[in-house]
Amino acid sequence: MAETLSRPQDHREWFAFVLVWGAAALVTAVFCWLLGDIIWHGLSHVSWTFLTTSPENAGRRGGIGPILVSTSLILGVCLAVSLPIGIGTAVLLAEFTSDQSLFGRMTRRSLDVLAGVPSIVFGLFGNAFFCKALGLGFSILSGGLTLACMVLPILIRSTEEGFRAVPASYRLSAAALGLSRSTTLVHLLLPAAVPGLLVGLVLGIGRAIAETAALIFTSGYVDRMPQSLLDSGRALSIHIFDLSMNVAGGDANAYASALVLVVLLLAINGAASWLATYGLHRKIMTV
Amino acid sequence: MRPVEPSIIEQRSRHPLGDRSASYEPQPFVEVDRLSLYYGEKPAFQDVTLSINKGYITALVGPSGCGKTSFLTCLNRLTDLIAGCRVSGRIMIDTRDVLASDIDVIQLRRRIGMIFQKPNPFPLTIRRNLEFPLREQGLRDREQIAEIIEATLRDVGLWDEVKDRLNSPALALSGGQQQRLCIARALALLPEVLLLDEPCSALDPLSSGVVEDLIVSLRDRYTVLIVTHNLVQARRIADYAALFWIKNGAGRLIEAGPAKQIFEEPRDPLTAAYVSGMRG
Repeated sequence: MAETLSRPQDHREWFAFVLVWGAAALVTAVFCWLLGDIIWHGLSHVSWTFLTTSPENAGRRGGIGPILVSTSLILGVCLAVSLPIGIGTAVLLAEFTSDQSLFGRMTRRSLDVLAGVPSIVFGLFGNAFFCKALGLGFSILSGGLTLACMVLPILIRSTEEGFRAVPASYRLSAAALGLSRSTTLVHLLLPAAVPGLLVGLVLGIGRAIAETAALIFTSGYVDRMPQSLLDSGRALSIHIFDLSMNVAGGDANAYASALVLVVLLLAINGAASWLATYGLHRKIMTV
Repeated sequence: MRPVEPSIIEQRSRHPLGDRSASYEPQPFVEVDRLSLYYGEKPAFQDVTLSINKGYITALVGPSGCGKTSFLTCLNRLTDLIAGCRVSGRIMIDTRDVLASDIDVIQLRRRIGMIFQKPNPFPLTIRRNLEFPLREQGLRDREQIAEIIEATLRDVGLWDEVKDRLNSPALALSGGQQQRLCIARALALLPEVLLLDEPCSALDPLSSGVVEDLIVSLRDRYTVLIVTHNLVQARRIADYAALFWIKNGAGRLIEAGPAKQIFEEPRDPLTAAYVSGMRG
């Protein structure tokens, strides 16, 4: 290496080397700094009591118990609605619609546009449609449904890619064995498409759990323990936003809440990739 | 493990070829009449009229791209899966009109097994690969399924190699073993016709020999159609042969008849040139 570096083209290579590694190091450094900052300021405030008690004095003291419950309920509503619709649409697009058909192209184009729409627009739409038109008011249900609309494009496109990645030979050999289309779909294609589905799910959950703008107008920011899905409930991200922007002296608990949110995200990510590599894989092989 | 009579398959079999005598008369089982296939506007092959005898091995030979594989996929209606594919003509298999719009395609495909060039077991266990199509066919009795699995695996000479690891992934098998598993999977459904699309071409010479011997052992019990580029192999195993060739941009059937005639005293000069290795 040392002797080859003397030639001019090797200096260029050295420059490229520094550029590429420098960029990677910068990205990692930003992440570490962010994470370090949150841990440094937040860790001392996170405790079992913090996770289970209600916020007091506008969140300056107390915990985030009801907020965790609201967040999981919103996420639950979002997934319960978006998963079946998402998988169904992906199956329709990948298995029953040709690439060139007008319907397929229109649906894909709409989904790609929807995926890029700012979340505040989804929030306003959710407020107008779910809260007002459907009369659900500021509620966990409205928030979850709005998030579902937001997550669907990502989930559908990524699941569709999962189906397209399944080799055509599976479909041909299954058909040649006299397996019906629905059996082929349920027992062969769906398990094989699971990695794509999980990628979409992780991206979707990531977007949903960290969402603030779309929820302010739909699920509201009441920080009491919700009694039903029609109650308003404050999501974790809104709690962080409120504490750091509107509540003087709420920074400590804002940091602690942010730490909880980041840990949740990392846990969901880890669980999904574990599921993709071990859990479901083994299930497919032996069922 | 209780030994299973090798005759289980024959007991379940409905075709009376097991006790074929020397004086057995060749009897057409698949009759193809003026069959053409188009992908969009482009013809794959045109005007093929061919009669295939029951219980014999018929080899389809010819250069690449002359429509041999497309011809096979017409017989089990796999062409339905290909967008923009159009088939005209008439195919009768036994008493079934294959191209009729009201035919039960799923039932048809269960009676006509197909083996592809590249072994394509499902990413499941060895057992599940065989069990899955049987259960789908409506067979629920676990004991009966286990018997069929053992009998078909013995039939393809795979039983002794895999009996201790039926629950391990099929994709962990070697290429030749995978191809024999695929043949077993097709045989388990008791097909009347077997379509083999270059079943040995993706295998190493040793595995290829094993699979070839297996195909020969299927003669009499099944009506076998095999597409092959290997003329030597066709000469070794086929009772009948048909030569496809490209004429005016579309595949055509040039000559068909007993393998001996095709390979030793062909009537068409093109066949003569092809089998002597001067063309193709």
